[in-house]
Amino acid sequence: MDIIVENLTKIYGTQRAVDNISFKVHTGEVLGFLGPNGAGKTTTMKAITSYLIPNKGDIHVGEFSVLDQPEEVKKRIGYLPENNPLYNDMPVIDYLRFVAQIQGIDKSRITGRILEMVKICGLEGEKHKRIGELSKGYRQRVGLAQALIHDPEVLILDEPTAGLDPNQIAEIRDLIRTIGREKTVLLSSHILAEVEATCDRILIINKGKIVADGTPENLRKKAQGQEMLKLTIEDAGKNEITAALQKISTIDWVNPVSGHDDRFEIQSRPNVSSRRAVFDICVKNHWTLTEMVVVETKLEDIFHELTMN
Amino acid sequence: MKEIWIIARRELNSFFNSLMAYILLIAFLGFSGFFTWISGADVFMVGQTNMQSFFGIAYWTLFFFIPGITMGLLSEETRSGTIELLLTKPVSDWQVIFGKFLSTLVLICIALAFTLPYYITIATLGPLDHGSVWTGYLGLILMSASYIAVGLFASSLSKNQIVAFLIALLIGIFFHIIFGVLAGNFTGALGGLFTYLNLSTHFESISRGVIDTKDLIYFFSLIALPLILAEMMLTKRRF
Repeated sequence: MDIIVENLTKIYGTQRAVDNISFKVHTGEVLGFLGPNGAGKTTTMKAITSYLIPNKGDIHVGEFSVLDQPEEVKKRIGYLPENNPLYNDMPVIDYLRFVAQIQGIDKSRITGRILEMVKICGLEGEKHKRIGELSKGYRQRVGLAQALIHDPEVLILDEPTAGLDPNQIAEIRDLIRTIGREKTVLLSSHILAEVEATCDRILIINKGKIVADGTPENLRKKAQGQEMLKLTIEDAGKNEITAALQKISTIDWVNPVSGHDDRFEIQSRPNVSSRRAVFDICVKNHWTLTEMVVVETKLEDIFHELTMN
Repeated sequence: MKEIWIIARRELNSFFNSLMAYILLIAFLGFSGFFTWISGADVFMVGQTNMQSFFGIAYWTLFFFIPGITMGLLSEETRSGTIELLLTKPVSDWQVIFGKFLSTLVLICIALAFTLPYYITIATLGPLDHGSVWTGYLGLILMSASYIAVGLFASSLSKNQIVAFLIALLIGIFFHIIFGVLAGNFTGALGGLFTYLNLSTHFESISRGVIDTKDLIYFFSLIALPLILAEMMLTKRRF
């Protein structure tokens, strides 16, 4: 089930929280929503769940519009809100039963679904505790369990791994990846590594506008342009190696790393690679190449560049 | 309809889990029992087999207790953010409002059901006008429903439960006392208006055994109007 956002605008007072954005998320796709605080991620997600009504534009989940048939939209969405609000005075299992009932799950299937969720989300030992007594990681699992209980076709997760420890983060990421194969998943985060690890596509949003849209590789390639290499070459003088490297036609510039006699940084000219040429020159001169690393432009850099102006 | 009941049942469970329900029941039965049987204008002092003394005291205790129950219904959900979770489930704003309204009404009905032994006891003491007892209970339920609606509206106005409690009490006091006082001070159309707005006018006529459409319209308006306003407050958040 696809999510189609068309010209969505949401205004709070005088501030345009979301400014005329359009995008699609396809079935079987995990879309990562990235952006600094206050960029409009949460607002967009709330609009998709039909909690907020857009000032302009429309959102379709499958064939249903959030404006005309919000109830139909809500039935098909599993939503984990930011900060994961839950009824603290309810035991986990009662809460899941309440959500299952309100989602209209058939009576005979409710208990089965609850037990399945308890198993998937690892709540076995905590299921009879009150939600208020749980640690943050377990609360987050309860939040995920309630979002997944009716087996929704669309999942909207606002910062799903906030407050989890590294093991739990890995588990939740695996879970999202598994779910994402058949369903449509939209998740937000400001942890870039997380988005890179879990998402098929990334949408970077800043000040209510989309500033980048693409796969992690594409975004990186776009920002990178030219190849950067880190080299360590031994058995020769610094100047000798520098001179030889500068003669290679594909190399744009060479920078010997100060404080080291054998380390160099080189940048290739656009659209060519110098890796073979570097290897060949070392072989020809009987130098020993002990390190060659392609320096990748990190998603952090792209994020920084796109959202800092 | 199913959704309304699911929401109401969750709310009722939470009343009984948080001692709120027990405190209410004990306090309500304690107060009304004390003043009906032991002190003040009690049954034995009045010396008549009717339940007017009970209805009189219940009329006041419910007035104070209901805002205490309704204050958290929406304000707590807004404060903790669970309202977002609830409204992104396949339920409408109306179903949420009705569910919460129903939960409190059921709780009050349970409290009133516990006073049925009073009725049975008084009935054994002498001849009793059974009709007026049932209309008395009906009056109490209608009055409670009105104040629950007002309390729900107050709860939709603030994230703070205490503020919601005070607003509910403030609105309630107009219908409970102030309009009655004003009605005594004015004559003519204005006096008539205040007499009509005064809740006790309608409560007394119902609890005496007279069910007049005029009174029913009054109570149903006093239930519907705050509920509509509460629903509007809930919807307003989304714009």
